Amino acid sequence: MPTTYLEAIREGLWEEMERDPNVFLIGEDIGVYGGAFKVTAGFLEKFGERRVVDTPISESAIVGASIGAGLMGLRPVAEMQFSDFITCGFDQIVNFAAKCRYRWNAAVPIVVRAPSGGGIHGGPFHSQNPEMWFVRTPGLKVVAPATAYDAKGLIKSAIRDNDPVLFFEHKGLYRRIKEDLPAEDYTVPLGKAKIVRQGSSLSIITYGAMVWVALDAAEQLAAEGIDCEVLDLRTLAPLDRDAVCETARKTSKVLLLHEDTQTGGLAGELAATLTERVWEYLDGPIVRVTAPDTPVPFSPPLEEAFLPNAEKVVAKARWLHRY
Amino acid sequence: MSAAELITPHAAGIAGEQAAVAHRCLYYMSLMREVEDRIERKLYRQGKIIGGVYVGRGQEAIPVGTSLLAEPDDVLLPSHRDMAVFFVRGVPPARVLAQYMGRVGGLTRGRDGNMHMGDMKLRIVSIISAMAACVPVAAGAALALKYQGSRGVAFCYFGDGATSRGDWHEGLNLASVLKLPVVFICNNNQYAYSTPLSKQMACRDVAARGPGYGIPAEIVDGNDVLAVYEAGRRAVAHARAGEGPYLLECKTFRMTGHSAHDAADYVPKDLWDHWSKLDPITRLETRMIQNGWTTQAECEAARARILREVDEAVAWAENSPYPDPATLLDDVYER
Repeated sequence: MPTTYLEAIREGLWEEMERDPNVFLIGEDIGVYGGAFKVTAGFLEKFGERRVVDTPISESAIVGASIGAGLMGLRPVAEMQFSDFITCGFDQIVNFAAKCRYRWNAAVPIVVRAPSGGGIHGGPFHSQNPEMWFVRTPGLKVVAPATAYDAKGLIKSAIRDNDPVLFFEHKGLYRRIKEDLPAEDYTVPLGKAKIVRQGSSLSIITYGAMVWVALDAAEQLAAEGIDCEVLDLRTLAPLDRDAVCETARKTSKVLLLHEDTQTGGLAGELAATLTERVWEYLDGPIVRVTAPDTPVPFSPPLEEAFLPNAEKVVAKARWLHRY
Repeated sequence: MSAAELITPHAAGIAGEQAAVAHRCLYYMSLMREVEDRIERKLYRQGKIIGGVYVGRGQEAIPVGTSLLAEPDDVLLPSHRDMAVFFVRGVPPARVLAQYMGRVGGLTRGRDGNMHMGDMKLRIVSIISAMAACVPVAAGAALALKYQGSRGVAFCYFGDGATSRGDWHEGLNLASVLKLPVVFICNNNQYAYSTPLSKQMACRDVAARGPGYGIPAEIVDGNDVLAVYEAGRRAVAHARAGEGPYLLECKTFRMTGHSAHDAADYVPKDLWDHWSKLDPITRLETRMIQNGWTTQAECEAARARILREVDEAVAWAENSPYPDPATLLDDVYER
């Protein structure tokens, strides 16, 4: 029976808690209620209050307490109810957790899960993609899975990792995508991108929910004889720059796609990396399809205009292909 | 519970133990004073200290009187005027001095300066510069102690200024809701940089905030190390017994500027005059001599030993190399 993206994360958490008694969950409404999205439904009954800690509305204290417990050798998995609220724990993440190892050689093996992304008409405070605030902070690892298989394998790797990991799970994928998962234990390594569609005309480099947009666009473009390769980054920090350069060398044209807004988005860093490392292989300008630099709007027509979609990708890819 | 009811009676009755405790307190307070004096008044002026210097002159009774109560399982989160915590926990003064000089021998190997250091082997968590950020972290360390079935307690240090930050309130609330073993120790030195207490908060005592979170609190004379020790013992016993957190407000005064570059002209002269008569080291020495626990000559001999100890520590630190720039990229992540 196929497993949803949400169920995959839930299975990953469950199996890691069964495997390692040091793993515990902490966050708002995760116990009795099972989490705002029900990712942790049933955990309290199985693992008890000691390992499923419901907290006051205190994002900074949730992250701070995770850091304290992590320093003591536990492996906390903190939940931000929505990734938008991660700002309230920002200092703990970027100044405390991120710098401990570098400053005083102290491991902070924590995971902060953060449901992110738009397309659910959540408005400006329930739809954001805040990954870049953390991608640009040395010491943090940032993960953004697109598939159920990767979501499960990456949450397991994140929990087993000895550095702080931010795990951005896309709300729009929770119940929308599903696939059959292996019955046995498996992990997906952090820091490794994956080609999810082979192609020769141009490369679409993306992550998260936009992987599905890229695949949709690639299908449409294939009918026109434009053969797209799609690279799913999976981990945003550390970034798999080798994989980024490899696909660019192969197709010589690159379209960068993300749901996050444009300025300071990952596409800028990817473009700089490509320019520095594979400039002579490129047969056209590096192009971007991203959300515009606005807050995420609420009303459906506005949000649809805001979000990248297959139509926007197809138009940009056609232009690049002709270049 | 009004704040007035919380005031601790003056230290009384640790009986026979008192003399031994007093001797340990005197040693660690004097060592902290000498190391900090050397850093601020000599090495800093000689240009041998890298970056800022923030000392705890006049406040030594607070880290000493409390951290002497810590057991090996306990976790300590000293703030930037609590140097003695490191000495009590066994960190040699030489390594603290090397830290201030940006040398490899410092606890952070030159990655950070002054009191920004820690060592989880000794169960000391390093502060960051944002005030009160350690408060939720202390709650988490206490959560881990409880989770691991230890009887350990987290000792969380901060100043009066830190109590204005959201992290302080979130951390106290979380610790109380989860009934975690944390002793919150406020060194209320009445100034946060140039901001006096009256502009920091509209209530008189930090301790008054404890009951609002369901946390018992008391006020102690922070310049009387034996009173701090006694109050600390009550606080630690409460937390260790599984009764939840405890808030200890130690009233003291910052006998210095915010940092070595701050002349603190904003502090009224009468405050300096008043508090200079309440120096915790002088007070303890006087009391010990009066009680027949020591003599003037013994105090002078002990002081000479500390001077030699610090001389040797300075020499060691100055001989410690600077970090190799080739190590710049190391340890951002686990290797």
